[in-house]
Amino acid sequence: MLTVDDVSVDFGTNRIFDHLSLKLDAGELVSLVGPSGSGKTTLLRAIAGLQPLASGQIYVGERNVTDLPTYRRGIGMVFQDNQLFSHLSVFENVAYALRIKHMPKEIRQPLVADMLKLVGLASFDKRTTMQLSGGEAKRVAVARSLVAEPSVLLLDEPLTGLDGELHARLLLDLSVLLRKRGTTVVHVTHDLDEARELSDRIVDIRLLSQ
Amino acid sequence: MLWFSTWQALASTIITLVVAFPSTYVLARFRFPGKRMLLALVTIPFVLPTVVVGAAFLALLPDSLHRSIVAILIAHTYFNIAVVVRIVGRRWEQISPLLNDAASTLGASPSKIFRTLTLPTLSTAIRSASAVIFLLCFTSYGIIRVLGGPARATLEVEIYSRAVQLGDFAGAAALSLFQLVILGLAMWWWIRSTRGSNDSARIQMHAVVPQTLRQRVVVYGISATTAIVIAAPLATVFIRSISTSSGVNLDAWRLVFGNHVTGLGTRPPLAAFWTSLQYAIATAVIAGVIGLAAAAAIAYGDRGTRLVEGLVMLPLATSAVTLGLGLLITFDSGITDLRSRWIMIPIAHSLVALPVVVRTMLPVIRSVPQGVRDASATLGASWWQMWLTIDRSLIARAWVTSLAFAGAISLGEFGASSFLTRRTSATLPTEIARLLGRPGDLVQAQAYVLASLLIIFIGVSLLAVDGLRPDRVAV
Repeated sequence: MLTVDDVSVDFGTNRIFDHLSLKLDAGELVSLVGPSGSGKTTLLRAIAGLQPLASGQIYVGERNVTDLPTYRRGIGMVFQDNQLFSHLSVFENVAYALRIKHMPKEIRQPLVADMLKLVGLASFDKRTTMQLSGGEAKRVAVARSLVAEPSVLLLDEPLTGLDGELHARLLLDLSVLLRKRGTTVVHVTHDLDEARELSDRIVDIRLLSQ
Repeated sequence: MLWFSTWQALASTIITLVVAFPSTYVLARFRFPGKRMLLALVTIPFVLPTVVVGAAFLALLPDSLHRSIVAILIAHTYFNIAVVVRIVGRRWEQISPLLNDAASTLGASPSKIFRTLTLPTLSTAIRSASAVIFLLCFTSYGIIRVLGGPARATLEVEIYSRAVQLGDFAGAAALSLFQLVILGLAMWWWIRSTRGSNDSARIQMHAVVPQTLRQRVVVYGISATTAIVIAAPLATVFIRSISTSSGVNLDAWRLVFGNHVTGLGTRPPLAAFWTSLQYAIATAVIAGVIGLAAAAAIAYGDRGTRLVEGLVMLPLATSAVTLGLGLLITFDSGITDLRSRWIMIPIAHSLVALPVVVRTMLPVIRSVPQGVRDASATLGASWWQMWLTIDRSLIARAWVTSLAFAGAISLGEFGASSFLTRRTSATLPTEIARLLGRPGDLVQAQAYVLASLLIIFIGVSLLAVDGLRPDRVAV
């Protein structure tokens, strides 16, 4: 489903990773682990098209998306610090991707309501993003990405900063939700327990470069 | 007159927003060599006396556009570009590029990101800038007097004409009250529309170095165009100061620095420069001390001190001409007869500068972390020691900045000064207006010499002030 083929990325004169390759089957959930600074987030940004490649190709299915801008790749991403739109309500945040695709309101609204229900935030629709706790904001970020039905979902340390019980509960919810929807997921974390709990396969990013 | 005041202010506001948008974008979103210089350059017109801006366009525009509405709109736009760059740009530079990335991963194209994310996020700042520009253009005085001609009078010009030329103080006072109501309504809308906006002094900047060729072309193209548009009228002022009917020469400069009395005056034009400098220092001291006390009272006080905040902001909702008229008819008898005392003008200038001083100080005082104060208290510092060792050191630079702003406002103030100065106490702007109103190339060239001196003085002050701005965190 997702093929990262022989990709290299530079930051100025520094090479972040060299000739890196990774392959995911449809519906597979892979966790990328590695120490800080090993390029985990940079790889996600490169897959999403937010970071230019020095070389290599990226495929979603059979489609080569290397030269496509981010918004045409069909790849969703949940950012480490959520990046919710503070001028929009919870409902509007989740509806964002559907609204910009001009999906009619009567189709859009039930889809968003269902998604909010799925992440356990059915009654939060009118709240502002400022009124959310860390866990709630994370659920909104996940719902916002999933409602767009991306071919691939990228999770950048999605549970960082959440403590004990909340972390465990959200991890379980996320695992159930992603498997139920059969989404292909690349998950970045530095927490091995979280990786074991969530993914089908754990990959150390340092072993992906040739 | 009311209709003209309103529609020209509305038109000026819309044109300024459109014209200033490209430079605001470049200055807010990118880091590039010369950015600080460009920011200072863009700000110069705003702190220049309106009468100098009027004079600059009188020199720059063809004769056919003199005394026309087009000239007024151009000058208003030029004068207010800084308002958009500073207010909208400040908000724009806080928008994290990661938000754009997030929208992009949700399928939004750059134009959709602008429409659905950037514009709504900037809307409060745009409303705020619009209100400020509208207020300034509605009460425009110097520009209208220089560029408008007798056929075009705003309420402000009419108030001056009635009070000074016709001696109709009752009529002038009635018009002032009427204007006060309109300005009060505009201020109320402004405060309401900007409630809850982030005015923290320490903000996160997200400006980036232009990466692609396209970005570099946009950034340097817009920067160069902006610099030319801003510098051209200023350069014309210098050129006009060395151009007389006998060709290019330094005659006017020699006359000004030779301390010759000119244009039916009673003292040499350069005397106005020294007078203005004294007023500026006195204004900085008065507004600086009162402003610091007021800002501290508002920041440290309870809900009751909100009244103080409203009180010190009142001059913002009052035009300078109204302030001048008010002072003139208030301090006119007995021991309060200050009309002929020199302190009258610094008092008027301080009233104009006070809201700016408080607005500069307040966010900085509020941003001093309470935790640091608590830590100092647990180490045995009394309230006073805490203020001296923690707050004072953190707000000192902002205070010096606000003093410079107060001084610059005093140097350029024209509305109140028109009422309060006499021939022997003329300030630079009133002297420039007087000389511009006199016939003769050489006399007018001297007005441009004085305007040039003001531009240099204010430009240097601005660069110094920019270096004193509170630290910003670059991301």
